Amino acid sequence: MPRSKRQVWLTFIALGMMLALLPFAVDFGLGRSWLRIMDLALLYVMLALGLNIVVGYAGLLDLGYIAFYAVGAYCYALLASPQFGLHLPFWAVLPIGAAVAGLFGVLLGAPTLRLRGDYLAIVTLGFGEIIRIFLNNLNAPVNITNGPQGINQIDPVSLWGVSLGKTHQLFGITLSAPHQYYFLFLLLTLLVVFVSLRLQDSRIGRAWAAIREDEVAAEAMGINVRNIKLLAFAMGATFGGLAGGLFAGFQGFISPESFNLMESIMILCMIVLGGMGNIPGVILGALLLTVLPEALRYTGNLQRAWLGHVVIDPSDLRMLLFGMALILVMLFRPAGLLPSRQRKRELVAKGDVAVQEQASVYDAKR
Amino acid sequence: MLKPIVNALLVATMAALVLGGCGKHDGASSNIIKIGSVSPLTGPQAHLGKDNENGARLAVDEINAAGLTLGGKKMHIDLLSEDDQADPKTATTVAQKLVDSGVVGVIGHLNSGSTIPASTIYHAAGIPQISPSATAIAYTAQGYNTAFRVMTNDEQQGHVLGQYAVNKLGAKKIAVIDDRTAYGQGLADEFAKAAEAAGAKIVAREYTTDRSTDFMSILTSIKSKSPDLVFFAGMDPQAGPMARQMRQLGLKTQLLGGDGMQTPEFIKLAGADAEGAIASNPGLTLDSMPGGKAFKEKFTARFGPIQNYAPYAYDAVYVMVEAMKRADSSDPAKYLPELAKTDYQGVTGKIRFDSKGDVSGGAVTLYQVKNGAWHPLETVFNGK
Amino acid sequence: MDIFVQQLINGLVLGSVYALVALGYTMVYGILELINFAHGEVTMIGAMVALSVISALVGSGVELPGVVIALLGLLAAIPACMALGFTIERLAYRPLRNAPRLAPLITAIGVSIVLQNLAMLIWGRQYISFPPILPQGRHQLLGASITDVQIVILITSVVLMLGLTILVKRTRLGRAMRATAQSPQLAGLMGVNANTVISLTFVMGSALAAVAGVMVSAYYGLAHYYMGFLLGLKAFSAAVLGGIGNLAGAMLGGLLLGVIESLGAGYIGDFTGGFLGSNYQDVFAFFVLILVLVFRPSGLLGERVGERA
Repeated sequence: MPRSKRQVWLTFIALGMMLALLPFAVDFGLGRSWLRIMDLALLYVMLALGLNIVVGYAGLLDLGYIAFYAVGAYCYALLASPQFGLHLPFWAVLPIGAAVAGLFGVLLGAPTLRLRGDYLAIVTLGFGEIIRIFLNNLNAPVNITNGPQGINQIDPVSLWGVSLGKTHQLFGITLSAPHQYYFLFLLLTLLVVFVSLRLQDSRIGRAWAAIREDEVAAEAMGINVRNIKLLAFAMGATFGGLAGGLFAGFQGFISPESFNLMESIMILCMIVLGGMGNIPGVILGALLLTVLPEALRYTGNLQRAWLGHVVIDPSDLRMLLFGMALILVMLFRPAGLLPSRQRKRELVAKGDVAVQEQASVYDAKR
Repeated sequence: MLKPIVNALLVATMAALVLGGCGKHDGASSNIIKIGSVSPLTGPQAHLGKDNENGARLAVDEINAAGLTLGGKKMHIDLLSEDDQADPKTATTVAQKLVDSGVVGVIGHLNSGSTIPASTIYHAAGIPQISPSATAIAYTAQGYNTAFRVMTNDEQQGHVLGQYAVNKLGAKKIAVIDDRTAYGQGLADEFAKAAEAAGAKIVAREYTTDRSTDFMSILTSIKSKSPDLVFFAGMDPQAGPMARQMRQLGLKTQLLGGDGMQTPEFIKLAGADAEGAIASNPGLTLDSMPGGKAFKEKFTARFGPIQNYAPYAYDAVYVMVEAMKRADSSDPAKYLPELAKTDYQGVTGKIRFDSKGDVSGGAVTLYQVKNGAWHPLETVFNGK
Repeated sequence: MDIFVQQLINGLVLGSVYALVALGYTMVYGILELINFAHGEVTMIGAMVALSVISALVGSGVELPGVVIALLGLLAAIPACMALGFTIERLAYRPLRNAPRLAPLITAIGVSIVLQNLAMLIWGRQYISFPPILPQGRHQLLGASITDVQIVILITSVVLMLGLTILVKRTRLGRAMRATAQSPQLAGLMGVNANTVISLTFVMGSALAAVAGVMVSAYYGLAHYYMGFLLGLKAFSAAVLGGIGNLAGAMLGGLLLGVIESLGAGYIGDFTGGFLGSNYQDVFAFFVLILVLVFRPSGLLGERVGERA
């Protein structure tokens, strides 16, 4: 699809302006809570893009991805809170968290190299639970994580002496904490998007695609399957750790219950729902699944508007509708909302042949 | 490739602006007082969450029916109930949502884990918060003047229970089980501290989770240490099956628990095996309080049996509204100082706050199951 | 010694429940290579339906022995779950049979969320208790104690597992199932209606889930709309441990996981000199699982499946 350079630049500028104006529009229009939701949504975009490297690019089904988010968050919390009395600067803490998470990624990857598909899924799931249980219990005999009580009063992110936890004035514009975090998260999200894009078509990206499609053939082609798999785990985990550190600074309080299995599953849902392996799809999936449960809180208002009164309590209905949405999207768009071009092609090509085969097979009556 | 993103963003921006136009301006009508109620309404603790909401709702409806006049104007209270899913992240989102919609006070949250991060947001907005059920010491230790609770904290209750176990029940060898939640771990640690200080020995420290139903193996381990008391810090869905399994294993030791266990639900789930179990709950007995019996009847008639913390949520609403009455204003800045000076006779007991926002005095009542119902044993005052 | 025997009994009872649920996972996986995430929720629905019937019967004051009432509850739960399993497959999985592999996993998660919340709407948020109608007898065995309910659970599980094995190994339907698992296309050419076989697999798995659900609620005395999630997770782990897709593997995996958990909770403190306690019970279980999979990447009894792209 050839496009003139000018067009691309114009699109970029339009995009940039919209992203810059969005928080103000949301804050004015929908309220501060939606701005916070957007901040969280950006964190989930980072997480989803990280998991996308592992699942979407390399085809390794990971159900314990939240563990790396947890590792990043706890690294930040331990190094910048009253827990140990350490208050290291943001620029030191964030990379440490990301690096430690990356290390954990390798740690998880190493014993699972021989595992495929669903066996890998259960091992990663177990790994995620093990991390969470350790975080939940390492308050005794030596208190490291403060156990289920969580770590409170974590330092807010502070850049060049400016604390993002406080409201600031800039050129006559009032920037609240969620505004400032929005811009920080946006910048880092763009960085993650950029890295993901560059990785996709790099030598490494092609190697991931190769092992995803056929591990044996990839190995025969001279790809070092072990290293390339470990790299996928490490890269994905690093992004997770990055997001985790930001979460800890943003929230100011973390406890193990934030990092349960359901979170891992939700992030997986985001990338599959959006379109695995395709960056716009993954972003869309992450945004949708963060916003949807919050938007569904308003079903009470809708019922009042349409039916005159609240028939079913919104809190009863919210997760039910969410589950239905998951099912319906997958039924109508099995490859995701925005599937990658390659995957779409595969599905269609395969579909033609497969549908014929299947039809003849399933119709065969005794 | 960028096109869909640009389009989506465009739509989102437009939607935000349009929706905002119609959703923003309902805080203006000045005879409405908005009070938030937050608790988990989905997930494993949803039954407790709904109970809190119901308690608050009953109080609000009563106050509205009786009529509330502030600053010479007749006021109507709107209770905005939100689901925080017992998740700290959702809790902050919901807290912000309530702040945005202009609440002047919040009853909640249920769990310490979600109460603590949310309290930062309420504090920043200057909105008073009364938790009916969060017990973690850290909640009121943050130095926020907006954070209150009508429930004793872990230290107050653990202290009473530990002393009671040793001094009154004569326990020398104690087994402690907690459910690894902020509540369970906090209470168990304070209990163990107090019991050891009183001269008992903790012979077994076992753990479960807030989703488990199988305790056979930890109870078997405990049995091998032959303690003369088992203390469980956790909620009734675990305590009930635990009592049953103790009997199945032939472990005839006294079972003692905290407020999470002192519920009708525990008796329902444990059946005949609940007999003899002892548990505490902050405050005085509902039946001994003026209005307590009436509350119980009204609540049960409308919502069914009380799960656990509904009376505390009910009292919390009254404490908040009484402060507004004294200040003759629902402006948080005006009634907050009055809230700190609360001296209110609620259905759960006398409510006064200390400088941190904890209930001072902290009376704790102990109950025992006899003939399938909880009967008060005694009330211990000055828990600290 | 008696402590050890007791822990073993605890583990076997727990494990046989896991095994029954794991069979449902493994049967579906064996044929479709699909993790039916909603299977735990089917177990929950089974327990809920049975409890509704049992509570209604007890409440109506019908003079029947407790065991009969419990059986009536079970008889109501089994067809309900069968219908549910059939519907789930038809609506959520069949349309996606040719879709990318992860798509049905997401619908399965969606179904699981929907079932949980539907159950919450129907049966409420409270825990529902199992009326005390079953015999509460307790017996001594090698110095340990075992209850009537535990004995019933052990026997029922063994009988059901044997029955299922015979069905798969010896009957015409079983042969059709195995053929479909090998290759739906070829099985079709041999005159097997793959759709029917798949539906029947779901229906049978759901019936087992119903039995497991009723046993769990009778054993622990309660049911709750959220109970399926954890049970399903454990059973799924058990199925993988034994080698997913393999019936004997699911049974072995279930029993083993139960025993590992039980012994882990009981002895982990002694192993580690008191450094780790029963709070690390699940860590221990997952650690064993990972260790097994590192050395046997297809589970204990699973065969090494070649690359199936």
